[in-house]
Amino acid sequence: MEELAPREVYGKSLIALGRQNPDIVVLDADLSPSTMTHYFASEFPQRFFDCGLAEQNMISIAAGLAASGKIPFVSTFAVFAACRCFDQVRICLSQTKLNVKIVASHGGISVGEDGISHQAIEDLALYCALPGFTVIVPADAMETAEAIKAVADTHGPVYVRLGRPKVPAVYFESCSFAIGKSVTLREGKDVTIIATGIMVARALEASNYLAEQGVECRVINMSTINPLDEQAIISASLETGALVVAEEHIAHGGLGSRVAMASSKVKPVPMEYVNLGERYGASGKSSELLQRYGLTDKEIAKAAKKAIERKKQLS
Amino acid sequence: MLPANAFDFSLTDLEEMARKLRRHVVSMIATAGSGHPGGSLSAAEIVTALYFKVMYHNSKDPRWPNRDRFILSKGHAAPILYAALAESGYFPIEELKTLRKLDSRLQGHTDMNVTPGVEMSAGSLGMGLSFAIGVALAARLDAKTHRTYVLLGDGECNEGQIWEAAMSAAHFKLDNVTAIIDYNSIQLTGWTKNIMQLEPLREKWQAFGWHVIEIDGHDFNQILSSLDKAREIKTRPTIILAHTIKGKGVSFMENKASFHGKAPSPEETERALNELA
Repeated sequence: MEELAPREVYGKSLIALGRQNPDIVVLDADLSPSTMTHYFASEFPQRFFDCGLAEQNMISIAAGLAASGKIPFVSTFAVFAACRCFDQVRICLSQTKLNVKIVASHGGISVGEDGISHQAIEDLALYCALPGFTVIVPADAMETAEAIKAVADTHGPVYVRLGRPKVPAVYFESCSFAIGKSVTLREGKDVTIIATGIMVARALEASNYLAEQGVECRVINMSTINPLDEQAIISASLETGALVVAEEHIAHGGLGSRVAMASSKVKPVPMEYVNLGERYGASGKSSELLQRYGLTDKEIAKAAKKAIERKKQLS
Repeated sequence: MLPANAFDFSLTDLEEMARKLRRHVVSMIATAGSGHPGGSLSAAEIVTALYFKVMYHNSKDPRWPNRDRFILSKGHAAPILYAALAESGYFPIEELKTLRKLDSRLQGHTDMNVTPGVEMSAGSLGMGLSFAIGVALAARLDAKTHRTYVLLGDGECNEGQIWEAAMSAAHFKLDNVTAIIDYNSIQLTGWTKNIMQLEPLREKWQAFGWHVIEIDGHDFNQILSSLDKAREIKTRPTIILAHTIKGKGVSFMENKASFHGKAPSPEETERALNELA
């Protein structure tokens, strides 16, 4: 299957949703050809509002639209959606629970050449810090399409992080997505790799590599980070006794922190983390950056072996 | 399409209601032991004119889809809004005593999910004009004729988001939005001109594409005629620069930054209520 950019799928999904539901409106901040909201804008110009380079204004406008019964989808780059307008998101969306969907593109360091100002690596921590805010990072194009449909059908504020580049497919024929439900992509008893976003495909690669060495990995796609599928994490802790969490994000506040908290409630187990640590990225090609910062299948496999080793030492 | 309990007060009744709302503000804040009297008292006539003369609204059906909307952007002036809502029948007047107390529906700053009649959650300044734009865009999409009124503080205009919103309301040609600035010239720590110069304010809003009207914000005739005029202005939004006095109606609070966010003592409360009797 050819690689697709999730944001492209998002743009096409919006048109379908717009045809089904006249209350869906879209807001963008002068980035519609990049966030792919321009498809919607061409078909529904009356329901598309370009707010210019004014993200704070855009978020509060979306809140006003939602307060009047509209379902606003708001798009810009993830750095701006998370950092530029956090107070507006907190006051106007999180505290009100208004029905606004923020779908941010260009998340993570895989943005590439634009460099650290444009690489959102704190966005999951920020959005997960907001009580009741749904946070989703789809693993591939097909899951993006399903996730966008699901968030349109669910009331309340949502943050969806998409990336810039095309990504390898995780799902080929079908994908069943439900908010707050993880998907176990591979069963295994030795260790569980819990991944989100672009790291899911890498986790599967790592599991193949480990299988050749006789290691049976469970692989979980945790595309919803909040609300978290705690049951799947607890089961993984109890049944495999070792966890690896992989995400394109800083070490704290994202999936790793949340999985550790959930796991420790029942049975703490050795955990390893594959993430950016405490570092910003740099300019470079997407693939070069992922390599440089260790967001690779090889690093996940290494972490899995280390987690298994620690498990053995405990027993 | 006038709802059953829309108000159409005479000038004398409006004057009396403004005084009554001021008494509520002083009593509520005194009972709470904290709050922001200055910017509530300065807005008494503006809020009274909207709720008891100008706006179509229905306290028996707070979410009536065709209601005119009042967005309080300067959320710290919640007491004047709560007083107007109580007197309009949205909740019992007795409930005003619960301001800022645990389990009260009257939160320190407005919460749209808690208080009947409150349209927007506010408290962090600068967001209300943007929110009003969203409400007005939705009205236009739905071909509805209700209007959106938004009350801003003058100090609030320090916030950059106000100017993002100013630019976009004009860009979207929103003639169904009327903004009012409670221009009391004082912000938390002193005179606005010393903290962050706003002037020339009329020229700023004009340059941003707004129709600007300047009035005495304590004169009902001027408030009502400016709101009438705003309805007639087409293809652009209107802003009313309402010159007011912070703490208006209570002699020792007037023009005092110290009463921006301080409750009166029991003695001060008695004096204030006597002055407002």
